[in-house]
Amino acid sequence: MSLLQVRNLVVEFPHRRGTLRALDDISFEIAPGEILGVVGESGAGKSLTGAAIIGLLEPPGRVAGGEILLEGQRIDNLGHEAMRHIRGRKIGAIFQDPLTSLNPLYTVGRQLVETIRAHLPVSESEARRRAIGLLQDTGIPAAEQRIDHFPHQFSGGMRQRVVIALALAAEPKLIVADEPTTALDVSIQAQIIELLKGICKDRGAAVMLITHDMGVIAETCDRVAVMYAGRVAEIGPVHEVIHQPAHPYTAGLMAAIPDMTMDRERLNQIDGAMPRLNAIPRGCAYNPRCPRVFDHCMTERPDLFNAGATRAACWLHEVHTASPAYGGLA
Amino acid sequence: MTALVQAHDLAKSFDVSPPWLNRVLERKPRVQLKAVDGVSFSIERGKTLALVGESGCGKSTVARLLVGLYEPTRGGMQFDGQDAHAAFKTPAGRILRRRVQMIFQDPYASLNPRWIVEDIVGEPLREHGILKEGPALKARVGELLQSVGLSPLDMVKYPHQFSGGQRQRISIARALATQPEFLVCDEPTSALDVSVQAQVLNIMKDLQRAQGLTYLFISHNLAVVRHVADQVGVMYLGRLVEVADKAQLFATPQHPYTRMLLDAIPQMKHTGRRRTPVQGEVPNPLNPPSGCTFHPRCPLANERCKTERPPLQMLRGVQVACHAVEEGRD
Repeated sequence: MSLLQVRNLVVEFPHRRGTLRALDDISFEIAPGEILGVVGESGAGKSLTGAAIIGLLEPPGRVAGGEILLEGQRIDNLGHEAMRHIRGRKIGAIFQDPLTSLNPLYTVGRQLVETIRAHLPVSESEARRRAIGLLQDTGIPAAEQRIDHFPHQFSGGMRQRVVIALALAAEPKLIVADEPTTALDVSIQAQIIELLKGICKDRGAAVMLITHDMGVIAETCDRVAVMYAGRVAEIGPVHEVIHQPAHPYTAGLMAAIPDMTMDRERLNQIDGAMPRLNAIPRGCAYNPRCPRVFDHCMTERPDLFNAGATRAACWLHEVHTASPAYGGLA
Repeated sequence: MTALVQAHDLAKSFDVSPPWLNRVLERKPRVQLKAVDGVSFSIERGKTLALVGESGCGKSTVARLLVGLYEPTRGGMQFDGQDAHAAFKTPAGRILRRRVQMIFQDPYASLNPRWIVEDIVGEPLREHGILKEGPALKARVGELLQSVGLSPLDMVKYPHQFSGGQRQRISIARALATQPEFLVCDEPTSALDVSVQAQVLNIMKDLQRAQGLTYLFISHNLAVVRHVADQVGVMYLGRLVEVADKAQLFATPQHPYTRMLLDAIPQMKHTGRRRTPVQGEVPNPLNPPSGCTFHPRCPLANERCKTERPPLQMLRGVQVACHAVEEGRD
């Protein structure tokens, strides 16, 4: 059974002149121990999907439809208090900027001990022992001494390790990592990605990795969901999505990325930009930029269709059997 | 052919000493941060030199030195045969400033939000007395906007009405206004999404071909560098550790740091690759390691590396600063 199921999720932002639909009919699943990548350009709704799952949507944003199920239980309609127990205990979160995720006035140890004791019935000394263990597991040298240091005494990469330790403190089943390496240099990024991969595998935690970096996705994830204008454009096993993309947007995106292994005079460019939320075109949201657009795309919005090994929201793949409203891939 | 731009032993230190009172009362010493510590290179007309390195290695300081925003602490730069930093101070330096322009990283911060595009792109023309206010100026601004793929009708708009990629094109149009020969581009695409990055990189390449521009291209993204550069310089803690032709650098990287950087980049073709990331982080530039500053992270370091700083020298057909490469220990 899937650990996390997101079914037809809709997130809306009401405002004076109507309602903006930021996420529109998002469905996917994450199996236990699986790493699902979520990619897309700025404004595609990647982070919002993560925020909706951990119940941290900024008002006035709200879940306006669909369901989020964790271990078969709905969590999208839980109250503030009930959600607080799930956050940390069952779902850990890692954010982009490690400095803003840590309280600058408390030592790292105090923050770890507080988190552990908030979720697990252990004594102060046992919590501290576990905190040191977590810091060691995340590769922080001299953890016994470092535990009493403040966040500013750590470097960027070390701070992100502390944030990962904090996210793992209550042994959650699912980690939502929102751009965990974007603020870091490449050599540090490689260390953190390797750590995240290894530590989640050891503990059997599933990861939802949100990033805009296809390289990171390629090396880390089992499956990947490509988002465009608040919808899932394509979802499938990472190798197939990257090497045999079924959606024209995925294909364009892959060709736009400068590659280390190929020399090209010009990069493929996708003209135009992602539509704003208040001006999403009728039909398929990608139709103004799509090189393979045809009549059907202008009038009706495509659902996810089976397209080879992946599933793509594109009328080009309609001839294949229509898919159920949700349901995962192996 | 002689080089258009030649930097000799360029260096810049910043005074980061504690305030005077603390120095007197607490006997704290003056502290100098060596941001750039003796960098030499040359760029031929119509070519692109890319500088790569991690945050804090001095890339941006080099950019600012080259356009005269900083005064070098030591060394200097020759532009088309004349000493640029001496010339910048004289009234004739205005002519030189026309020939050297800069594109900044953040297109949100580098455009005045209260000016319309006509004023932004026209400012260098008015400032340098090339054109007076009037129809000729309007026509020239329209031409410049067209050269970067925008419409002349856009000139009455404000920056907030454009997307990130369009704004970056406005700042390219502004940099081109004075018909410069040398453009210093400091991370011009780092704030952009990949599909938009491809648009901007293509425009920059087209302009280079059409107008014979010379670029200094600064980036931390090696894949982008591979796409745009002719020559690549790798910086570490304020010094160049390797300068080579693009093809050579990517095919046979010599310096251990270059090899590490190349290995650290996540690549799309390696789905599910496992690797051993490099250990350690960039040391504090206030207190750099002795000898070769890379030795604490270097797998090839020995006693000599800890004490003696390797000079940048021609080895195996490229310029590299490494004892291990010199001695053939790699």
